[in-house]
Amino acid sequence: MYVAVKGGEKAIENSQRLLADERRGDRHVNEVTLQQIDGQLSLAVDRVMTEGSLYDRELAALAVKQARGDLIEAVFLLRAYRTTLPRFGASEPIDTGRMAIRRRISATYKDLPGGQILGASFDYTHRLLDFTLAADGERPEGELSDHVIDNEMPRVVELLDRDGMMEAELPADDEPVADLTRDSIQFPAGRDARLQALARGDEGFLLALGYSNQRGFGNTHPFAGEIRVGEVAVEFVPEELGFAIEVAEITVTECQMINQFQGSATQPPQFTRGYGLTFGYCERKAMAMSLVDRSLRASELGEDVNAPVQDQEFVLYHADNVEASGFVQHLKLPHYIDFQSELVIIRRIREQIERNRGAHQEAAE
Amino acid sequence: MPTQPLDASRIAPGFADPVLDAQSVFRGVLAAMARPGAIAEIDIALEPPAPLNAATAAVCLALADFDTPVWLDAAAAPAADFLRFHCGCPIADDPAEARFAVIAGALPALPPFAQGSDEYPDTSTTLLFQAGGLRPDGGWSLAGPGIAQTARIGIDGLPADFAMAWRRNNALFPRGVDLVITADRRLCCLPRTTTVRS
Amino acid sequence: MTMSATDESAPAGDDEQHRTATIDGYNFAFLDEQTKRMIRRAILKAVAIPGYQVPFGSREMPLPYGWGTGGIQVTASVIGPDDVLKVIDQGADDTTNAVNIRRFFAKTAGVDTTERTKEATIVQTRHRVPETPLAEGQILVYQVPIPEPLRWIEPRETETRKMHALEEYGTMQVSLYEDIAKFGRIAKGYNYPVLVNGRYVMSPSPIPKFDNPKMDRNPALQLFGAGREKRIYAIPPHTPVKSLDFDDYPFDVETWNQPCALCGATDTFLDEVVLDDKGGRMFCCSDTEYCAERQARAAGRARGDAA
Repeated sequence: MYVAVKGGEKAIENSQRLLADERRGDRHVNEVTLQQIDGQLSLAVDRVMTEGSLYDRELAALAVKQARGDLIEAVFLLRAYRTTLPRFGASEPIDTGRMAIRRRISATYKDLPGGQILGASFDYTHRLLDFTLAADGERPEGELSDHVIDNEMPRVVELLDRDGMMEAELPADDEPVADLTRDSIQFPAGRDARLQALARGDEGFLLALGYSNQRGFGNTHPFAGEIRVGEVAVEFVPEELGFAIEVAEITVTECQMINQFQGSATQPPQFTRGYGLTFGYCERKAMAMSLVDRSLRASELGEDVNAPVQDQEFVLYHADNVEASGFVQHLKLPHYIDFQSELVIIRRIREQIERNRGAHQEAAE
Repeated sequence: MPTQPLDASRIAPGFADPVLDAQSVFRGVLAAMARPGAIAEIDIALEPPAPLNAATAAVCLALADFDTPVWLDAAAAPAADFLRFHCGCPIADDPAEARFAVIAGALPALPPFAQGSDEYPDTSTTLLFQAGGLRPDGGWSLAGPGIAQTARIGIDGLPADFAMAWRRNNALFPRGVDLVITADRRLCCLPRTTTVRS
Repeated sequence: MTMSATDESAPAGDDEQHRTATIDGYNFAFLDEQTKRMIRRAILKAVAIPGYQVPFGSREMPLPYGWGTGGIQVTASVIGPDDVLKVIDQGADDTTNAVNIRRFFAKTAGVDTTERTKEATIVQTRHRVPETPLAEGQILVYQVPIPEPLRWIEPRETETRKMHALEEYGTMQVSLYEDIAKFGRIAKGYNYPVLVNGRYVMSPSPIPKFDNPKMDRNPALQLFGAGREKRIYAIPPHTPVKSLDFDDYPFDVETWNQPCALCGATDTFLDEVVLDDKGGRMFCCSDTEYCAERQARAAGRARGDAA
């Protein structure tokens, strides 16, 4: 006698207990702390904050810990928490021109005001596994140079701007800014909605799209005009005060990609811009984002739209890894009703074909 | 329009329980919108300022907020402070900008309100019209989605040419406004799909 | 049987308890009030325009997209302390996803839950319409993965929105006719498109076409939530819902050659259960509550006969 599978509730409880147990791992090994994750896996925390669109290092570290290092799961945890937070307004735009710089590089000028600052980077490391790390090797602290970094370091694109070589891009101050977490996206999407979707978008997806763009699927001839990393102030104007107060200092990575120029017989040619911005230090993401941002401007700049990276609906509907992960993984939920109705149809069609074949044979005999 | 600072002490209270009152009022509106001609009763404590009746005030408190500009006819204008204070809703000057319209006087012509577009017909205005009275089994015969055969309802205070105006609204489908008719603590709905005959 | 969610929340019937019986720091039914208002407005417009997909600012829920976030947001915006909730997945109350969503509402809204279709004021479902006919006043909430019935024909939202606006459904007819040319019948078993009130082509969600006729002129209010795709749509009670077909190839539903092995029903949607690897299989009702009730009634009759 068949009895329908019961006890789903018990199974879920047990599964979650087992999950908690496996997350903890070997009890002889110290539990990892949020400080350790924040301090020593800081780039994981940065990515989770960026794609989770919530700047809170401690919560992001908690999400990484709870998700057992699965960063997309951690992004999901942070997003689900973020959605419950009350909104009391929007901050003033951050000014990356007044950034306290940690790293600043330009691929378009050998030297420029403020200089090139390499900062901490994987760029010129030889990718050799460092076995002293495996052996608990402590590192001497980095020595700080006496050189004082200019706090007012002009952005490379502003240098071009001054010569009229760069397209001007200033939004009207009084225009409301789109928010995808409050309204569903509509097409054609404005640059604000696009940039928000890209900032929240999956790094791997944007990386692949940006790469496809470089390989000729909608080439935009990019130059890394400037990448800068550092701290900026976040200011907010409380209704009751009427003036801006600084509420936080956050680390951001900004990439301004300088792209192929626009112009005509009457209009002097200018460079165009692709923009990328992330929380924390997510340089690969910021660069990929700026490539995709510029590609998505194809139709407004009068370029042909024929590559995936230029297609707003394709890029923006599929960039979100929380959405994508949920929908791909929902395939493991039961689908036996739908499968059964397919079985019924396929059997009917096969029966029909068998009958037809039989009739043909009879006729032939 | 220039807005005066609000004196909160002079504003009548809103929902006693903002969470559960809003839920119960919404369910009333939903039931009425899903069954045109059916009368829903607002059974929460609410003493709104004139000229709002309890049902209109309850619907506004349940559904309006800073995302929904509300247009007020001249007769409803004194309710502006109450709505701004409790709902935080902007008061719309232009009926075409309004998500909700509160009408305490005569029902105006419908075309000036937002009608929605063929691609986004949901962006039309929902009108809250305060009628003189609402009775089941009155002189109007209704048909359309939500109604098994026909429904009858009595509505006092509709203009003489309402049937014609509503037929024009029907003809715009999928565009068109939706109507919530209130009287005292009662309400009924005429979504754009409902046809009326007197 | 009414299952009050006593393990995690208030005892049933205690109103005061209901109000506080939610998890710490979260609002009644999880969503904040501003979000509920936005969803409630979308639901009302959906009811006013039967079959039209209303865009809404879908929130990120603590459950994954694709696992019922749309249905959950609709239910959370509709539900009140006096409601009785039933949740099914594949027709069954005890599948893990159904259990999980029921737990969510027991925890966040402290509502009573039930397995009995007749007792429920709200039924949230994935992939089935209950076999027990619904009544006036009940609300059926469908979880929808892809709300756009034209998506398989045209992947672009900008295009499909135009097609709906212009009532341009020729390509859908062509695609169904291609099935007939190829297989001799419309080879769509689930998510079979319907025409609502003679105007909008609508996805019924991935219910088997067996359930399509139940949507037609149903006295209950049917609400559809697609969380990831950020759309809500509705069918008001008593509204005509027609499955698309052709005069020479009329719509038909799945049939089986045997009755339910458990309750003997011949008019229900059957699950196929594989018993061994030698081709042994049995068929039984996918609607577990309907099946169990029929079995209980039969057992009662048998006892009555014996007495």
